Amino acid sequence: MSTTNHLIRNARILGGEPQDIRITEGVIAEIGANLEARDGEQEIAADGLIALPGLVDLHTHLREPGREDAETVLTGTKAAAKGGFTAVHAMANTFPVADTAGVVEQVWRLGRESGYCDVQPIGAVTVGLEGKQLAELGAMADSAAQVRVFSDDGKCVDDAVIMRRALEYVKAFGGVVAQHAQEPRLTEGAQMNEGVVSGELGLAGWPAVAEESIIARDVLLAAHVGSRLHVCHLSTAGSVEIIRWAKSKGWDVTAEVTPHHLLLTDELVRSYDAVYKVNPPLRTEADVLALREALADGTIDIVATDHAPHPAEDKQCEWAAAAMGMVGLETALSVVQSAMVDTGLMGWAEVAERMSAKPAAISGVPGHGRPVSVGEPANLVLFDDQYRGAVNPDSFATRSRNTPYRGMALPGRVVATFLRGEAKVLDGELV
Amino acid sequence: MKRHLISTADLTREDALLILDTAEQMAQVSARSVKKLPTLRGRTIVNLFFEDSTRTRTSFEVAEKRLSADVINFSAKGSSVSKGESLKDTALTLQAMGADAVVIRHGASGAPKLLADSDWLHGSVVNAGDGTHEHPTQALLDAFTMRRHLNPGVGHDLAGRRVTIVGDVLHSRVARSNVHLLHTLGAEVTLVAPPTLMPFGVETWPCQTSYDLDAALNKADAVMMLRVQRERMNAAFFPTQREYTRRYGLDARRLALMPEHALVMHPGPMVRGMEIESDIADSARAVIVEQVANGVSVRMAVLYLLLGGSEPAITTSSSEETGK
Repeated sequence: MSTTNHLIRNARILGGEPQDIRITEGVIAEIGANLEARDGEQEIAADGLIALPGLVDLHTHLREPGREDAETVLTGTKAAAKGGFTAVHAMANTFPVADTAGVVEQVWRLGRESGYCDVQPIGAVTVGLEGKQLAELGAMADSAAQVRVFSDDGKCVDDAVIMRRALEYVKAFGGVVAQHAQEPRLTEGAQMNEGVVSGELGLAGWPAVAEESIIARDVLLAAHVGSRLHVCHLSTAGSVEIIRWAKSKGWDVTAEVTPHHLLLTDELVRSYDAVYKVNPPLRTEADVLALREALADGTIDIVATDHAPHPAEDKQCEWAAAAMGMVGLETALSVVQSAMVDTGLMGWAEVAERMSAKPAAISGVPGHGRPVSVGEPANLVLFDDQYRGAVNPDSFATRSRNTPYRGMALPGRVVATFLRGEAKVLDGELV
Repeated sequence: MKRHLISTADLTREDALLILDTAEQMAQVSARSVKKLPTLRGRTIVNLFFEDSTRTRTSFEVAEKRLSADVINFSAKGSSVSKGESLKDTALTLQAMGADAVVIRHGASGAPKLLADSDWLHGSVVNAGDGTHEHPTQALLDAFTMRRHLNPGVGHDLAGRRVTIVGDVLHSRVARSNVHLLHTLGAEVTLVAPPTLMPFGVETWPCQTSYDLDAALNKADAVMMLRVQRERMNAAFFPTQREYTRRYGLDARRLALMPEHALVMHPGPMVRGMEIESDIADSARAVIVEQVANGVSVRMAVLYLLLGGSEPAITTSSSEETGK
């Protein structure tokens, strides 16, 4: 299909001075003041809007195949586009598990067909996420999906030997293992952060040490075998300290934090509303502040949503029976503005780094995370950081409504998203 | 009075005393030959039990019947988690049937609060024990029993009385409810347990803690022993039953360390020989059977007050002597 050419007027690239951006044939053709409109160009007034490179999510649950009642690749990528994402990485814990070339290619193909954003499948580390036997990592890497990120997310690769071998094996094709750090014995039946609140509420605790002990082991393993390690969703101050130490040693370790762990605490669990049930669990105020500081100083490399859609019946029930996870694609940038930008911890250039450039670099997904400059693919998001409004889940594109931000006033709104020059979102609505 | 009873932490001192004083009136009814009041005639109360608990359910049922309520026992064991009808649909069903109050026992902490906060049903919700969270009517009957012995009289609280609670505090909804309520009533609570059975963050609770039972006995006005399930030793909470009993069980030697007037209490069901020596459970110092009897009075008071009883439960004409 032919691509509409666009001329974006007065956008503030990374929050800088207003400039015009000309998009021609899917590429950023020109940046400057008062560019002259050309025939056939659609002009977009972006006065006051922030222009960022299209966001890249390294941690998305699209649920297809298997749980199409919660999300499909189509609805998930629509949600991604509305949230300003131009590429998402689909986690492997589907039914069947994405542990073969066949399943990752299916997800990859569904992403191509959806067209709202690029879908890069993540492959399982072990067969069936069971932690026992390595999945055919090489076959997934060589498939059309070109898998480079492997994760048993939802489950921890807790066997030290399996983890060691996985870290070593993926070096053959430049892969990276993304670990869900959760020591299983310390978290049997765990329902929420182990702390003052869990003690009062009588909910089985999920100690910080269950996360930190695995991270400590894994950074040592990665150093020992000279491999790359990515740690999913850091949630504790102690995890930050371990990552900081590993980086100080020069080890090849990266880490992510979710938007919700930057904003919410376990005090919310007092409601017993399972919309706040998530893995890893919401932690304390001190943890939230440590995570923000670590994201600002680069100890934590990226923000990843861990978008985890669930149908209503899996959340409107007893806490212990409820599923873990929250949707997050459509609120991520607003939460980051609230937690990091409006607090003065980061500017928009750092937001672009942590939500676009760095996640793309970790996964190697081509054409994403590039700077907003001439000659680059026109993957762009226009964001209104002045907008103020309450979160209304009924307006979401995701199939699920399990957002912890319902009714909450969050700053900012994605106005437009461009994927290789094609507008996927305009005026805040899907095109 | 509030509409629901979910946690004793929600009760003010005035709320708690109103319940205890009303329970004293209810106790008079239970002493009559005709043990019945017409107050809740025409009201429907559902006992919604997702966990087996013959003791608690029967106690509520007797209380409801003595208030002339229509009683429905809805046993939903096993249908709670992941299979069968959801809590939501059960609640919607009960609402459609016109339940004025739902007494709920559930294995999942927070289930009663979930019901109370939802728009699934509009009646009062009474927590009859949720997971390892709370068991407020048990705490109320414990306080009622203590007050009768340690500071008898309408309007009296438990100021300055010392209560030692011993055992599996970590998994005990009784302990949590008692700590809140006894603190509200002015008592000084000491929790005694091995470190493995102390909840995380217990140092922030309004009570003292100790790992040494002997040291917590000599000033106690009441000692409450909590049930300890034998299976706990399989999860390494303590090495053996024998060692647990030696360190934390109430035996004759420890009884002798307690003041003469101090009460021996147990919420039941007891594991004789584990946390309490059989002879002591049967001794004159123990008020364990009395606790059960008081449970009916307290539950009558709670239901009466929640379901709109604004006047005294017993009118002056039918009452011999209420106020002291």
